[in-house]
Amino acid sequence: MHNTSFPEGDFRAPVPVLTPGQGYRSITDKLTGLVFTANTPRAWFAFVGVGFSLLMCLLMALTWLLLKGIGIWGNNIPVGWAFDIINFVWWIGIGHAGTLISAVLLLFKQDWRMSISRSAEAMTIFAVVCAAIFPIFHTGRPWLAIYWLLPYPNTMLLWPNFRSPLIWDVFAVSTYATVSIVFWYTGLIPDLATFRDRAKNKIVARVYGMLALGWRGSAKHWYRYENASLLLAGLSTPLVLSVHTVVSFDFAVAVLPGWHATIFPPYFVAGAVYAGFAMVLTLLIPLRKMYGLQDLITMHHIENMAKVMLVTGLIVVYGYACELFFGWYSGNTYERFMLINRTWRGPYAWAYWMLLLCNFIVPQLMWSKRFRRNIPVVFFVCMFVNVGMWLERFVIIVTSLHRDFIPSSWQMYYPTRWDFLTFFGTIGLFLTLMFLFVRVLPMLAIFELKTLLPEAKPKASGDGGSH
Amino acid sequence: MSHAIEVPQTYGLMAEFDSAQTLLDAAHAVQRAGYTKTDAFSPMPIHGLAEALGFEEHLIPKIVLTGGILGLIAGYGLEYWSSVIAFPMNIGGRPYHSIVAFIPPAYETTILLSALSCFGSLLFLCGFPEPYHPVFNHPRFSLATADKFFLVIEANDPKFSPDATKTFLGGLGAKEVVSVNE
Repeated sequence: MHNTSFPEGDFRAPVPVLTPGQGYRSITDKLTGLVFTANTPRAWFAFVGVGFSLLMCLLMALTWLLLKGIGIWGNNIPVGWAFDIINFVWWIGIGHAGTLISAVLLLFKQDWRMSISRSAEAMTIFAVVCAAIFPIFHTGRPWLAIYWLLPYPNTMLLWPNFRSPLIWDVFAVSTYATVSIVFWYTGLIPDLATFRDRAKNKIVARVYGMLALGWRGSAKHWYRYENASLLLAGLSTPLVLSVHTVVSFDFAVAVLPGWHATIFPPYFVAGAVYAGFAMVLTLLIPLRKMYGLQDLITMHHIENMAKVMLVTGLIVVYGYACELFFGWYSGNTYERFMLINRTWRGPYAWAYWMLLLCNFIVPQLMWSKRFRRNIPVVFFVCMFVNVGMWLERFVIIVTSLHRDFIPSSWQMYYPTRWDFLTFFGTIGLFLTLMFLFVRVLPMLAIFELKTLLPEAKPKASGDGGSH
Repeated sequence: MSHAIEVPQTYGLMAEFDSAQTLLDAAHAVQRAGYTKTDAFSPMPIHGLAEALGFEEHLIPKIVLTGGILGLIAGYGLEYWSSVIAFPMNIGGRPYHSIVAFIPPAYETTILLSALSCFGSLLFLCGFPEPYHPVFNHPRFSLATADKFFLVIEANDPKFSPDATKTFLGGLGAKEVVSVNE
């Protein structure tokens, strides 16, 4: 990574992750200054205002749901799963980029991740929170869902059915949420100590001090800390791959044409990373501008993320191609009908073509270096991907369900205003949490950025220091 | 009951450095000089610093492995016990002991307990949460989380002597050597 033996101008030479001229002091001051400031950007209030208003819509929608039952949603038979599961998968997928950036890129020693990992991890947690709302409220009576979903010795002596992918999902998502929070908090501890030591207000210093658990930057603690971080990254990597695999099992284990395909796990994981990177960019592009972080989140970062998006997008398109091939090659009447219905003759065929436009055609712009380095273009592509990945789940779920084996049971699906209100409400919850996070916690990993400085890599002196 | 006036005990001598390089060199020198009760403080991890102070520990990976194995046994055991012993139910003619179907939850509990034991062992070994520590008595210690580097030799080190150690630390390129109390 830090090989400097390449000739000048060689493409293999590492690109500096930070713009030159940064030091310990400038990084500390800049990043603590984002929080300890009286000049919160106006745009911050605008985003929180929008987010909070939408969050109120969510509360309203959920209250009405609990009063009336899930009949207020557009779900019907045969489309028993609709917006709730579409949005669940969409949110969970978005979350995956955070873990990918902080864990997988850590294992691959990709230093550029450090500028974006913290906010991406926060995004993971908030996306999982939004995702969890849908299946929990889809049960209609979440207070009963505790014994439907979780194995605990209840008075009825009932246990969940471990042969069901829905229970696997409960285990996967709850583990994912827990491990993501632990990983995020572990990463925050040294930075919380920095905040504790920089805070001018006594009470604020106390609060950060409590959260920092007494961190003092001891060499022995750093040693254990690095050990633990690496292990947590190593554990998060198989975890993140398993979560979307298990989510895809919700579909793939069923016998429904359009769901029952072996390509689903890798195709879902790639789609998750794709959607997640698009969302990271969607959030970071405005944040970077709002807080003047161009020196820390450089064009190099944006370009790298755009590249990851392009690659994972192509894997997703490969998944679409496989679905078509499987359907045709199976020779199965129902599979073939499903494909014709999905892509051409069915009432939702428009969604399929919109999906291809959003997820396949528009992202091809990212092949061009000029476009990858053009922020409005990148943002434009990300918006398409955000919509496209939502449409992908719509296509998989609704078009597969609405015309199943027996024509007499066919039915159209139309979402109601409550479906939309709940969906936009979770976007509000996400925005609110994200911007509150930016306001009170270090949004970039301060100590990690310091390790990128050349003066942070001292050479061991002579004896015993070789490693 | 009489109250003796408590005279604050000296915790140790703390030297402040400006760069990671001088801290690492000083750590090597302190270790060579035979001091054992030492510690160093930096705003970011410095590779080889803990080793330079003679610190070696390989506990966390072992604890995590134990946690993972326990998680696997607990997860699979829960599935087996609840589906085969406590509540056997014929679902679609599948065996009570559905090995393949039991893999995903057991996989997740393995990771869950590994990760929690990783976090738990980090806190436990570091002694967190630890609201008070004598090094915080150093007037400039708040800079240890910003841009300064510190090295402490504790007073209970067998080689410690208030004057000789102070001179020794001063000779290592320290900006300032301060005695801190318990």
